[in-house]
Amino acid sequence: MTGPDGARRPDRAVVRDALGVGIAVGLSGFAFGVTSAGSGLSVWQTCALSLLVFTGASQFALVGALAAGGNPLTAAAGAFFLGVRNAFYGLRLSQLLALPRFLRPFAAQWVIDETTAVALAQTDRRGVRLGFAVTGLSLYVLWNLTTLLGALGAEAIGDTDAWGLDAAGPAVFLALLAPMLKSGTERTVAGCAVLLGLGLLPVLPAGVPVLVAALAAPAVLWAQGVRRGRDGATRERRPAGGAVDRQGEPRAEAAQAHDDEDGDHR
Amino acid sequence: MNTWIAIGATALGCYVVKLAGLLVPAGVLERPLVRRLAALLPVALLAALTAQQTFADGHTLVLDARAAGLAAAAVAVVLRAPFLLVVAAAVVVTAGVRALGG
Repeated sequence: MTGPDGARRPDRAVVRDALGVGIAVGLSGFAFGVTSAGSGLSVWQTCALSLLVFTGASQFALVGALAAGGNPLTAAAGAFFLGVRNAFYGLRLSQLLALPRFLRPFAAQWVIDETTAVALAQTDRRGVRLGFAVTGLSLYVLWNLTTLLGALGAEAIGDTDAWGLDAAGPAVFLALLAPMLKSGTERTVAGCAVLLGLGLLPVLPAGVPVLVAALAAPAVLWAQGVRRGRDGATRERRPAGGAVDRQGEPRAEAAQAHDDEDGDHR
Repeated sequence: MNTWIAIGATALGCYVVKLAGLLVPAGVLERPLVRRLAALLPVALLAALTAQQTFADGHTLVLDARAAGLAAAAVAVVLRAPFLLVVAAAVVVTAGVRALGG
Protein backbone atom coordinates (compact mmCIF):
# COMPACT_ATOMS: atom_id res chain seq x y z
CA MET A 1 0.00 0.00 0.00
CA THR A 2 2.97 2.30 0.45
CA GLY A 3 3.83 4.35 -2.63
CA PRO A 4 7.36 4.59 -4.01
CA ASP A 5 9.80 5.93 -1.38
CA GLY A 6 6.96 5.85 1.15
CA ALA A 7 5.30 8.74 -0.68
CA ARG A 8 2.02 9.89 0.68
CA ARG A 9 -1.03 8.10 -0.65
CA PRO A 10 -3.66 10.14 -2.46
CA ASP A 11 -6.72 10.91 -0.35
CA ARG A 12 -8.88 9.03 -2.82
CA ALA A 13 -7.01 5.75 -2.19
CA VAL A 14 -7.29 6.20 1.58
CA VAL A 15 -11.02 6.89 1.37
CA ARG A 16 -11.54 3.87 -0.89
CA ASP A 17 -9.79 1.53 1.59
CA ALA A 18 -11.65 3.05 4.52
CA LEU A 19 -15.05 2.76 2.86
CA GLY A 20 -14.31 -0.83 1.81
CA VAL A 21 -13.71 -1.86 5.41
CA GLY A 22 -16.46 0.36 6.82
CA ILE A 23 -19.13 -0.96 4.48
CA ALA A 24 -18.17 -4.65 4.63
CA VAL A 25 -18.00 -4.74 8.42
CA GLY A 26 -20.84 -2.25 8.87
CA LEU A 27 -23.19 -4.64 7.13
CA SER A 28 -22.51 -7.34 9.72
CA GLY A 29 -24.41 -5.23 12.23
CA PHE A 30 -27.33 -7.09 10.68
CA ALA A 31 -26.05 -10.36 12.19
CA PHE A 32 -25.77 -8.64 15.55
CA GLY A 33 -29.27 -7.19 15.39
CA VAL A 34 -30.77 -10.57 14.56
CA THR A 35 -28.75 -12.41 17.22
CA SER A 36 -29.52 -9.86 19.92
CA ALA A 37 -33.26 -9.73 19.24
CA GLY A 38 -33.27 -13.52 18.89
CA SER A 39 -31.65 -13.75 22.34
CA GLY A 40 -34.59 -11.93 23.86
CA LEU A 41 -33.38 -8.31 23.96
CA SER A 42 -35.80 -5.63 22.78
CA VAL A 43 -35.18 -3.53 19.67
CA TRP A 44 -34.30 -0.56 21.90
CA GLN A 45 -31.84 -2.57 23.96
CA THR A 46 -30.25 -3.97 20.82
CA CYS A 47 -29.84 -0.51 19.28
CA ALA A 48 -28.52 0.93 22.56
CA LEU A 49 -25.75 -1.67 22.51
CA SER A 50 -24.63 -0.78 18.99
CA LEU A 51 -24.83 2.96 19.67
CA LEU A 52 -23.14 2.97 23.07
CA VAL A 53 -20.87 -0.08 23.19
CA PHE A 54 -19.86 -0.16 19.51
CA THR A 55 -17.33 -2.98 19.65
CA GLY A 56 -18.72 -6.08 17.99
CA ALA A 57 -17.20 -8.95 19.96
CA SER A 58 -18.25 -7.42 23.30
CA GLN A 59 -21.79 -6.89 22.02
CA PHE A 60 -22.14 -10.50 20.86
CA ALA A 61 -20.62 -11.77 24.12
CA LEU A 62 -23.03 -9.74 26.23
CA VAL A 63 -26.20 -10.87 24.49
CA GLY A 64 -24.96 -14.47 24.51
CA ALA A 65 -24.29 -14.36 28.25
CA LEU A 66 -27.66 -12.71 28.97
CA ALA A 67 -29.46 -15.30 26.84
CA ALA A 68 -27.75 -18.06 28.82
CA GLY A 69 -29.25 -16.57 31.98
CA GLY A 70 -26.07 -14.98 33.30
CA ASN A 71 -26.03 -12.38 36.06
CA PRO A 72 -25.93 -8.91 34.40
CA LEU A 73 -22.61 -7.92 35.96
CA THR A 74 -20.97 -11.26 35.14
CA ALA A 75 -22.18 -10.87 31.56
CA ALA A 76 -20.87 -7.29 31.45
CA ALA A 77 -17.49 -8.42 32.84
CA GLY A 78 -16.97 -10.87 29.96
CA ALA A 79 -17.88 -8.18 27.43
CA PHE A 80 -15.61 -5.68 29.18
CA PHE A 81 -12.56 -7.97 29.11
CA LEU A 82 -13.07 -8.46 25.37
CA GLY A 83 -13.08 -4.67 24.97
CA VAL A 84 -9.79 -4.17 26.83
CA ARG A 85 -7.83 -4.69 23.60
CA ASN A 86 -9.20 -1.36 22.35
CA ALA A 87 -7.10 0.45 24.99
CA PHE A 88 -3.99 -0.85 23.25
CA TYR A 89 -5.28 0.25 19.86
CA GLY A 90 -5.91 3.69 21.34
CA LEU A 91 -2.37 3.81 22.61
CA ARG A 92 -0.93 3.36 19.13
CA LEU A 93 -3.52 5.61 17.51
CA SER A 94 -2.98 8.48 19.93
CA GLN A 95 0.63 8.79 18.75
CA LEU A 96 -0.35 8.60 15.06
CA LEU A 97 -3.45 10.79 15.16
CA ALA A 98 -1.97 13.37 17.55
CA LEU A 99 -5.42 14.74 18.29
CA PRO A 100 -5.97 17.80 20.47
CA ARG A 101 -7.08 16.70 23.95
CA PHE A 102 -10.62 18.08 23.63
CA LEU A 103 -11.26 15.90 20.56
CA ARG A 104 -10.13 12.65 22.16
CA PRO A 105 -13.35 11.88 24.09
CA PHE A 106 -15.21 12.06 20.76
CA ALA A 107 -12.71 10.00 18.78
CA ALA A 108 -12.58 7.34 21.52
CA GLN A 109 -15.86 5.65 20.57
CA TRP A 110 -14.39 4.76 17.16
CA VAL A 111 -11.24 3.14 18.52
CA ILE A 112 -11.87 -0.46 17.42
CA ASP A 113 -10.22 -3.24 15.37
CA GLU A 114 -11.21 -1.94 11.94
CA THR A 115 -10.41 1.76 12.35
CA THR A 116 -7.04 0.82 13.85
CA ALA A 117 -6.25 -1.53 10.98
CA VAL A 118 -7.02 1.12 8.34
CA ALA A 119 -5.27 3.94 10.20
CA LEU A 120 -2.08 1.91 10.81
CA ALA A 121 -1.87 1.06 7.12
CA GLN A 122 -1.44 4.73 6.13
CA THR A 123 1.88 6.42 5.55
CA ASP A 124 1.45 9.93 6.95
CA ARG A 125 -0.59 11.81 9.53
CA ARG A 126 -3.12 13.18 7.06
CA GLY A 127 -3.75 9.65 5.74
CA VAL A 128 -4.01 8.24 9.25
CA ARG A 129 -6.56 10.87 10.29
CA LEU A 130 -8.56 10.53 7.08
CA GLY A 131 -8.53 6.71 7.21
CA PHE A 132 -9.58 6.71 10.87
CA ALA A 133 -12.38 9.25 10.36
CA VAL A 134 -13.86 7.74 7.19
CA THR A 135 -13.72 4.16 8.52
CA GLY A 136 -15.14 5.26 11.86
CA LEU A 137 -18.00 7.28 10.39
CA SER A 138 -19.06 4.79 7.70
CA LEU A 139 -18.82 1.85 10.07
CA TYR A 140 -20.66 3.61 12.91
CA VAL A 141 -23.54 4.73 10.70
CA LEU A 142 -23.94 1.41 8.87
CA TRP A 143 -23.43 -0.79 11.93
CA ASN A 144 -26.23 1.03 13.74
CA LEU A 145 -28.58 1.05 10.75
CA THR A 146 -28.11 -2.65 10.06
CA THR A 147 -28.45 -3.44 13.79
CA LEU A 148 -31.88 -1.82 13.73
CA LEU A 149 -32.88 -3.66 10.55
CA GLY A 150 -31.65 -6.97 11.96
CA ALA A 151 -33.53 -6.49 15.23
CA LEU A 152 -36.75 -5.58 13.41
CA GLY A 153 -36.24 -8.51 11.02
CA ALA A 154 -35.76 -10.96 13.91
CA GLU A 155 -38.98 -9.78 15.54
CA ALA A 156 -40.78 -10.24 12.23
CA ILE A 157 -39.63 -13.81 11.61
CA GLY A 158 -40.21 -14.97 15.18
CA ASP A 159 -38.33 -18.22 15.91
CA THR A 160 -34.77 -17.25 14.93
CA ASP A 161 -33.40 -20.67 15.94
CA ALA A 162 -35.43 -22.36 13.20
CA TRP A 163 -33.48 -20.21 10.73
CA GLY A 164 -30.16 -21.27 12.24
CA LEU A 165 -29.52 -17.74 13.47
CA ASP A 166 -28.30 -18.96 16.86
CA ALA A 167 -25.20 -20.17 14.98
CA ALA A 168 -24.33 -16.60 13.90
CA GLY A 169 -22.82 -15.69 17.30
CA PRO A 170 -20.28 -18.52 17.51
CA ALA A 171 -19.45 -18.08 13.80
CA VAL A 172 -18.66 -14.40 14.44
CA PHE A 173 -16.39 -15.36 17.34
CA LEU A 174 -14.64 -17.96 15.19
CA ALA A 175 -14.09 -15.47 12.37
CA LEU A 176 -12.59 -12.97 14.83
CA LEU A 177 -10.49 -15.64 16.55
CA ALA A 178 -8.97 -17.34 13.49
CA PRO A 179 -6.59 -14.54 12.43
CA MET A 180 -5.33 -14.28 16.02
CA LEU A 181 -4.11 -17.90 16.12
CA LYS A 182 -0.70 -17.00 14.73
CA SER A 183 1.65 -19.07 16.87
CA GLY A 184 1.68 -22.04 19.21
CA THR A 185 1.15 -19.75 22.19
CA GLU A 186 -2.17 -18.46 20.85
CA ARG A 187 -3.32 -21.96 19.95
CA THR A 188 -2.38 -23.30 23.38
CA VAL A 189 -4.30 -20.47 25.06
CA ALA A 190 -7.32 -21.11 22.82
CA GLY A 191 -7.24 -24.86 23.51
CA CYS A 192 -7.01 -24.38 27.29
CA ALA A 193 -9.81 -21.80 27.19
CA VAL A 194 -12.11 -24.17 25.29
CA LEU A 195 -11.47 -26.95 27.83
CA LEU A 196 -12.06 -24.60 30.77
CA GLY A 197 -15.12 -23.01 29.22
CA LEU A 198 -16.81 -26.31 28.42
CA GLY A 199 -15.54 -28.26 31.44
CA LEU A 200 -16.77 -25.73 33.98
CA LEU A 201 -20.09 -25.05 32.25
CA PRO A 202 -22.07 -27.70 34.17
CA VAL A 203 -20.76 -26.65 37.58
CA LEU A 204 -20.48 -22.84 37.63
CA PRO A 205 -23.17 -20.14 37.23
CA ALA A 206 -23.80 -18.91 33.66
CA GLY A 207 -21.18 -16.45 32.42
CA VAL A 208 -18.58 -17.40 35.03
CA PRO A 209 -16.88 -20.22 33.07
CA VAL A 210 -15.91 -17.73 30.32
CA LEU A 211 -14.26 -15.47 32.90
CA VAL A 212 -12.36 -18.43 34.35
CA ALA A 213 -11.36 -19.48 30.83
CA ALA A 214 -9.78 -16.03 30.37
CA LEU A 215 -7.23 -17.12 32.99
CA ALA A 216 -5.77 -19.43 30.33
CA ALA A 217 -3.97 -16.32 28.96
CA PRO A 218 -1.93 -15.42 32.08
CA ALA A 219 -1.49 -19.12 32.91
CA VAL A 220 0.10 -19.95 29.55
CA LEU A 221 2.27 -16.81 29.69
CA TRP A 222 3.41 -17.75 33.18
CA ALA A 223 4.18 -21.35 32.12
CA GLN A 224 6.20 -20.00 29.19
CA GLY A 225 8.06 -17.65 31.48
CA VAL A 226 8.97 -20.51 33.80
CA ARG A 227 10.14 -22.65 30.89
CA ARG A 228 12.11 -19.82 29.33
CA GLY A 229 13.66 -19.00 32.69
CA ARG A 230 14.84 -22.60 32.94
CA ASP A 231 16.16 -22.73 29.36
CA GLY A 232 17.77 -19.34 29.63
CA ALA A 233 19.61 -20.05 32.88
CA THR A 234 22.84 -20.79 31.03
CA ARG A 235 22.34 -18.08 28.39
CA GLU A 236 22.19 -14.35 28.71
CA ARG A 237 18.99 -13.07 30.25
CA ARG A 238 16.38 -11.52 27.97
CA PRO A 239 13.74 -9.05 29.02
CA ALA A 240 10.52 -10.90 29.92
CA GLY A 241 8.38 -11.66 26.89
CA GLY A 242 10.86 -9.94 24.56
CA ALA A 243 11.26 -12.84 22.17
CA VAL A 244 7.57 -13.20 21.43
CA ASP A 245 6.62 -9.60 21.88
CA ARG A 246 6.25 -8.55 18.26
CA GLN A 247 3.75 -11.22 17.29
CA GLY A 248 1.75 -10.47 20.36
CA GLU A 249 0.93 -6.97 19.29
CA PRO A 250 -2.86 -6.58 19.32
CA ARG A 251 -3.85 -5.61 15.84
CA ALA A 252 -6.40 -6.47 13.24
CA GLU A 253 -5.68 -8.51 10.15
CA ALA A 254 -5.48 -5.71 7.63
CA ALA A 255 -2.70 -4.02 9.54
CA GLN A 256 -0.39 -6.97 9.15
CA ALA A 257 1.00 -5.84 5.85
CA HIS A 258 2.36 -2.93 7.82
CA ASP A 259 4.46 -5.14 10.08
CA ASP A 260 7.75 -4.33 8.39
CA GLU A 261 7.39 -0.68 9.16
CA ASP A 262 6.47 -1.34 12.74
CA GLY A 263 9.37 0.63 14.11
CA ASP A 264 8.19 3.85 12.49
CA HIS A 265 5.35 4.33 14.87
CA ARG A 266 6.88 3.53 18.20
CA MET B 1 -34.12 -3.96 34.20
CA ASN B 2 -31.25 -6.43 34.59
CA THR B 3 -30.62 -6.19 30.88
CA TRP B 4 -30.36 -2.40 31.05
CA ILE B 5 -27.89 -2.70 33.96
CA ALA B 6 -25.75 -5.03 31.86
CA ILE B 7 -25.97 -2.69 28.86
CA GLY B 8 -25.03 0.34 30.97
CA ALA B 9 -22.10 -1.40 32.65
CA THR B 10 -20.76 -2.71 29.34
CA ALA B 11 -21.15 0.64 27.56
CA LEU B 12 -19.39 2.50 30.35
CA GLY B 13 -16.59 -0.04 30.72
CA CYS B 14 -15.94 -0.32 26.99
CA TYR B 15 -15.91 3.45 26.51
CA VAL B 16 -13.54 4.00 29.41
CA VAL B 17 -10.95 1.53 28.07
CA LYS B 18 -11.15 3.08 24.59
CA LEU B 19 -10.62 6.57 26.03
CA ALA B 20 -7.88 5.38 28.38
CA GLY B 21 -5.80 4.25 25.39
CA LEU B 22 -5.99 7.74 23.88
CA LEU B 23 -5.28 9.57 27.14
CA VAL B 24 -2.74 7.65 29.19
CA PRO B 25 0.98 8.27 28.63
CA ALA B 26 2.47 5.57 26.40
CA GLY B 27 4.86 4.20 29.02
CA VAL B 28 2.12 2.89 31.29
CA LEU B 29 0.73 0.22 28.96
CA GLU B 30 3.76 -0.34 26.76
CA ARG B 31 5.37 -2.92 29.05
CA PRO B 32 5.88 -6.09 26.96
CA LEU B 33 4.20 -8.40 29.46
CA VAL B 34 1.11 -6.19 29.71
CA ARG B 35 0.84 -5.94 25.92
CA ARG B 36 1.32 -9.67 25.54
CA LEU B 37 -1.43 -10.38 28.05
CA ALA B 38 -3.77 -7.92 26.36
CA ALA B 39 -3.23 -9.70 23.04
CA LEU B 40 -3.89 -13.14 24.54
CA LEU B 41 -7.00 -12.25 26.58
CA PRO B 42 -9.28 -11.96 23.53
CA VAL B 43 -7.90 -15.27 22.21
CA ALA B 44 -8.94 -17.03 25.43
CA LEU B 45 -12.32 -15.30 25.63
CA LEU B 46 -13.25 -15.81 21.98
CA ALA B 47 -12.23 -19.48 22.06
CA ALA B 48 -14.29 -20.15 25.18
CA LEU B 49 -17.28 -18.22 23.80
CA THR B 50 -17.14 -20.02 20.45
CA ALA B 51 -17.14 -23.41 22.18
CA GLN B 52 -19.86 -22.53 24.67
CA GLN B 53 -22.26 -20.98 22.21
CA THR B 54 -21.85 -24.03 19.97
CA PHE B 55 -22.13 -26.83 22.51
CA ALA B 56 -23.99 -25.40 25.51
CA ASP B 57 -27.68 -25.74 26.24
CA GLY B 58 -28.11 -24.10 29.63
CA HIS B 59 -25.79 -26.04 31.93
CA THR B 60 -25.49 -29.14 29.75
CA LEU B 61 -23.26 -29.87 26.79
CA VAL B 62 -25.04 -30.98 23.63
CA LEU B 63 -24.10 -31.85 20.06
CA ASP B 64 -26.73 -30.38 17.73
CA ALA B 65 -27.13 -28.58 14.40
CA ARG B 66 -25.00 -25.67 15.62
CA ALA B 67 -21.91 -27.93 15.56
CA ALA B 68 -22.48 -28.60 11.86
CA GLY B 69 -22.95 -24.86 11.30
CA LEU B 70 -19.70 -24.06 13.09
CA ALA B 71 -17.87 -26.70 11.06
CA ALA B 72 -19.12 -24.98 7.90
CA ALA B 73 -17.92 -21.65 9.27
CA ALA B 74 -14.51 -23.20 9.98
CA VAL B 75 -14.27 -24.42 6.39
CA ALA B 76 -15.18 -20.91 5.19
CA VAL B 77 -12.48 -19.41 7.44
CA VAL B 78 -9.87 -21.83 6.08
CA LEU B 79 -10.91 -20.85 2.53
CA ARG B 80 -10.42 -17.19 3.53
CA ALA B 81 -14.04 -16.31 2.83
CA PRO B 82 -15.14 -12.80 3.80
CA PHE B 83 -16.60 -12.24 7.26
CA LEU B 84 -20.25 -12.16 6.19
CA LEU B 85 -19.90 -15.38 4.18
CA VAL B 86 -18.43 -17.17 7.22
CA VAL B 87 -21.46 -16.20 9.28
CA ALA B 88 -23.87 -17.03 6.45
CA ALA B 89 -22.33 -20.50 6.04
CA ALA B 90 -22.94 -21.27 9.72
CA VAL B 91 -26.52 -20.00 9.62
CA VAL B 92 -27.50 -21.80 6.40
CA VAL B 93 -25.96 -25.15 7.41
CA THR B 94 -27.49 -24.99 10.90
CA ALA B 95 -30.92 -24.22 9.47
CA GLY B 96 -30.50 -26.97 6.86
CA VAL B 97 -29.53 -29.63 9.41
CA ARG B 98 -32.47 -28.62 11.62
CA ALA B 99 -34.88 -28.76 8.70
CA LEU B 100 -33.65 -32.24 7.72
CA GLY B 101 -33.79 -33.44 11.30
CA GLY B 102 -37.46 -32.43 11.46
